[in-house]
Amino acid sequence: MTRQQIRKIENTAALWMSALAALTGLFWLVFILGDVLVHGIGALTPDLFTQDPAPPGVEGGGLRNAFVGQLMITAAATLIGVPVGVLGGTFLAEYARGRKIAKLISILSDIMVSVPSIVIGTFIYAVMVRPLGHFNGWAGAAALAIIMIPVVLRTTEDMLTLVPWTLREAAFALGAPYYKVIIQIVYRGAAAGILTGILLSIARVAGETAPLLFTSFNNSFFSINMNEPVASLTVTIFQYAMGPYESWHSQAWAASLVVTLFILALTIIGRLIVKWRFGK
Amino acid sequence: MSVMLKRDPVDIIFSAVTAIAALSVLVFIIGIFYTLLTESSAAIGRFGFFKFITSVEWDPVQELFGAATPLFGTVVTTALSLTLAIPVAIGIAIFITEIAPDFLRAPIGVAIELLAAIPSIIYGMWGLFTLAPIMSDHIEPALQKAFGGLPVIGVLFEGTPMGIDMLTASIILSIMIIPFTASIARDSFNLTPAVVKESAYALGATRWEVVKNVVLPYSKLGVFGGVVLSLGRALGETMAIAFVLGNNHQITASLFDAAATVTVTLANEFTEADTDMYLSSLFYLALLLFIFSFILLAIAKFFLLRAGKRHSA
Repeated sequence: MTRQQIRKIENTAALWMSALAALTGLFWLVFILGDVLVHGIGALTPDLFTQDPAPPGVEGGGLRNAFVGQLMITAAATLIGVPVGVLGGTFLAEYARGRKIAKLISILSDIMVSVPSIVIGTFIYAVMVRPLGHFNGWAGAAALAIIMIPVVLRTTEDMLTLVPWTLREAAFALGAPYYKVIIQIVYRGAAAGILTGILLSIARVAGETAPLLFTSFNNSFFSINMNEPVASLTVTIFQYAMGPYESWHSQAWAASLVVTLFILALTIIGRLIVKWRFGK
Repeated sequence: MSVMLKRDPVDIIFSAVTAIAALSVLVFIIGIFYTLLTESSAAIGRFGFFKFITSVEWDPVQELFGAATPLFGTVVTTALSLTLAIPVAIGIAIFITEIAPDFLRAPIGVAIELLAAIPSIIYGMWGLFTLAPIMSDHIEPALQKAFGGLPVIGVLFEGTPMGIDMLTASIILSIMIIPFTASIARDSFNLTPAVVKESAYALGATRWEVVKNVVLPYSKLGVFGGVVLSLGRALGETMAIAFVLGNNHQITASLFDAAATVTVTLANEFTEADTDMYLSSLFYLALLLFIFSFILLAIAKFFLLRAGKRHSA
């Protein structure tokens, strides 16, 4: 074999290997999503959304408590996390632009995005659950908010930085104070990007389980009291999947399907907004 | 900004509010560190550092706790999952940036992002009900048949294949971290200037030679940062492996044995800890996990920043 032929064979082999790697990634995606769909769709009945859980081992019942609980916890986390994140990002991109403190907080936020979420659960347990003596929904919301803040903060910072500086100067020249420039000019220019960041951060926390295990815990009954343990879909999935009953397993699959579809929908909408706003 | 001579009072308030919001991140980090440190002080005082991380004892009844077994599980599953994930992830990144025809690039990129968006609890469910049976019925017996008789590495495949073990957990973990590594590797590859690649092509290099000799060396800082970031992620992953690891505090050579990791121990035992020393030891585990992952993520960030800086310079 000539050297040319060896190089050619090596090239073809390497290209096929990398194509194979891409196929592997696709294979897992299709395998997992398909599996969740196949197992979940059968148990996806109206009862799942309108009924509370039946006693353990008894057929029937639904997960109304978990759906409502999940919505409450996620909504409360969003109400805390989004304003703090957006305002914090504003500080980094506007008032502290270019300063060392902005750089430091930006880097620390990037690290916080990947810090194990279970650690945040133990932290909230120590400061919000043990002092009160019982698990509560607010603690779960706080844990999710802590996960959310750095995500929103970093996207907001990036999106505000993309708004051209000349736009601000034009507004300054009209005599507008900085806060008016930020709220009326800069936010408007960056709205689509910030919205995407918020959607992705909700997608991120909606599937979190570990930080809820020791904070909002679980509740087999319907409750809208955030001062008490609140059921969430993800913790219920964990409990039901590990449980011994066949009916629990199928409900866990159905709940998984709902959670997955919700999160994938948010992710895709977020991407579409970016494409629509920044594409072309 | 110097544009304004006299600051509007509302502006002063608004800037203060944004500053407080930004500082909250700092407060959380210090708060987490301080809280975990105080909560674990009882365990630190009793077991110290080296004794804690080297002791294999995990006995809630006698209140003797050591972190060696969960640390062992964490190290093994993390190392194995990275070994499985990195080649695939880099292959995907090469495919997307250098090989795929244009119409395939976006769909595969989206697919990989969706893989990253699937919550870890779903990976866990799927692992328990779908992957574990496949592992115990088909893959593990096959591995045992192929490698079980070999010297040295044979011990890795000993025991009854149950599917609830370190190998299954590592495979799930590897599927989870493929998208992280792949997307960072892709971004790093994209930083390679087209001119440099084109000059290599002009010299008659094949695509693989361009990837191997131009793109990879050029982006190795970024890829390395991505690998360390994935390491930090894998270290802290909980729900994906909580189902299939078995939470069994033991150190064994066989990958077909159940084990415990730091995260799985926390998830399973935190709400059951009935004594102060038990809870304090669990907080100690959380503290170690926080510090280790923080350091790893900081290192990853350092490399990624350097990779980005080199590009803009």
